[in-house]
Amino acid sequence: MNRALRLLRRRLVSSIPVLLIVIVGSFFLLELAPGDAADAYLLSIGGGDPALVQALRQSYGLEGSTLSRLWLYLTSLVRLDLGWSVIFNRPISGLILERLPNTLWLMGSAVALSFTVGSALGIVAGSKPGSWRDRMLSTGSLALYAVPSFWLGLVLIVIFSVQLRWFPTAGIETIASGRQGLARARDIAWHLALPVAALGLIYLALFLRMMRTGMAEAWRQDYALAARARGLGHRRIAVFHIARNALLPLVTMLGLQAASMLGGSVVIESVFAIPGFGRLAQEAVAGRDAPLLTGIILVSAVLVILVNLAVDMAYALLDPRVGANEVTA
Amino acid sequence: MNAPINTLGRLLRSPAGVAGLALLALLALAALSAPFLFPGDPLAIAGAPLTPPFTDPAFPLGTDRLGRNVLAGLFHGAQASLAVGLAAAAVSIIAGALVGTIAGFAGGLVDEALMRVVDAFQTVPGFLLALAFVSVAGASLPVVILAIALGAWTGPARLARAEVLSIRERDYVAAARVIGMHPAEIALREVLPNALPPVLALAAVIVGNAVLIESALSFLGLGDPNIVTWGSMIAEGRNVLRSAPFLSIVPGIGLVVTVLGVYLLAEGLSDALASRKARP
Repeated sequence: MNRALRLLRRRLVSSIPVLLIVIVGSFFLLELAPGDAADAYLLSIGGGDPALVQALRQSYGLEGSTLSRLWLYLTSLVRLDLGWSVIFNRPISGLILERLPNTLWLMGSAVALSFTVGSALGIVAGSKPGSWRDRMLSTGSLALYAVPSFWLGLVLIVIFSVQLRWFPTAGIETIASGRQGLARARDIAWHLALPVAALGLIYLALFLRMMRTGMAEAWRQDYALAARARGLGHRRIAVFHIARNALLPLVTMLGLQAASMLGGSVVIESVFAIPGFGRLAQEAVAGRDAPLLTGIILVSAVLVILVNLAVDMAYALLDPRVGANEVTA
Repeated sequence: MNAPINTLGRLLRSPAGVAGLALLALLALAALSAPFLFPGDPLAIAGAPLTPPFTDPAFPLGTDRLGRNVLAGLFHGAQASLAVGLAAAAVSIIAGALVGTIAGFAGGLVDEALMRVVDAFQTVPGFLLALAFVSVAGASLPVVILAIALGAWTGPARLARAEVLSIRERDYVAAARVIGMHPAEIALREVLPNALPPVLALAAVIVGNAVLIESALSFLGLGDPNIVTWGSMIAEGRNVLRSAPFLSIVPGIGLVVTVLGVYLLAEGLSDALASRKARP
């Protein structure tokens, strides 16, 4: 436990420079954008006189040099203040906190689906590499991995919403239904089924392939031979010896894919009109809301760092070989 | 000098590699023949709107909401997808290999600083970065290519650095140093070419991802508005998803075939490279 805590502290310290680079980088990237928040606001209200422009710039903190504004941004970040959204006309941190849960539900469910089903099917394929079952699952998962998630979402809508009418086409829950507790949870799950499938199936294919490859390699290891020499049954070796060892890299992959999944949720939330974090990013781009977009990039970087921290901790607890002084791959 | 030819031979013996090459050859043919088979602007109105597929011989796959030829869009879209995929992969690999080689070769503070930048880029979702970059720089083909490369160069950079770290200790690098070659010359002429093969295997995967990201950007309306892409065709068809679902489904199949072809080729390539390593 002590070992894990030391690892945690070291990881936290090493993520500070990374976050700083992200903040400064995204600040300068959006600094390059033509026009600023005041222009965006003026566009939305149909223009104004120079006095109004001046007043707006002052209230948004857009006066002064780039460096002084960067300093202002960094110091307000320390107070967890992400600034003011132009298109929503409210504080960015509140906006993000409001949208984040929907995305976390979507991603969490997609991870749960892809990890459990993907690794289970991977075990089926990997317990007999080269068998017809393995060939079918391997080829199928490669094809699935090539499918763009937003297109898969549209295909699922055509089949399950338009033709079969089993699932709703959009939204996170029935609006103004007044449902509470379990009924509301069921309503949300019903709305999330298709988006979770569209986002999760691609990662399911990824986990299946990784599990299968890991197991195929593990069969060639000495301990597999040793287990067979001890007279253990094929299925038992496959599940308790081979699969167990092939599972750890999947946990690492989970951390590596966190960023890509967060990116994928942008498109999926747009397809299914889910008012989440990803849709907020698209709204920020459409409304040229640079402070909001900077805040979104920053929060997603923090999320990715947190997920990877959790993965590292899980790894340190699961695998005794990971020492506190050792760099994990 | 035989190594590339042997790798090609082994690639042609792997079923995945052959299937991937065949699919990609087909797509390249479609992309190259598009200007001859369907001259003129594929975004121009060609016939009656919303002609269903397989009903009018002039439009085998029908027309969209504005009466544009779907088959022409499909052929011209292959051009955009392949061009963006290849260009984005080339940019990310050149930039990544360069940064990785410098980091691995310089070591010390330079290495540390460059790798923290790589970390930072990997922490931000690549798609979000692409979205932000396109929104700042304006949607055009070169911007989309750069935007995709922005999220993809870190993989090659890490790989190149790891390769350099293992190669720089080898005898021929020591020999180059002894004969008085400049460190930059050693890096570019001795180390980089040797670090390249595994980076190239990664290339195929990057091309596949680039095609997918380009389509997602176009789908969200952030692609180049003046060229037809499969992503923009899907987005256009989405408006009539209930009445004419084929408009969204058909271009998506093009995407799946392209990305599948690239992944199959990557699998064949990595098989071929693995068997090269197995036999010393």
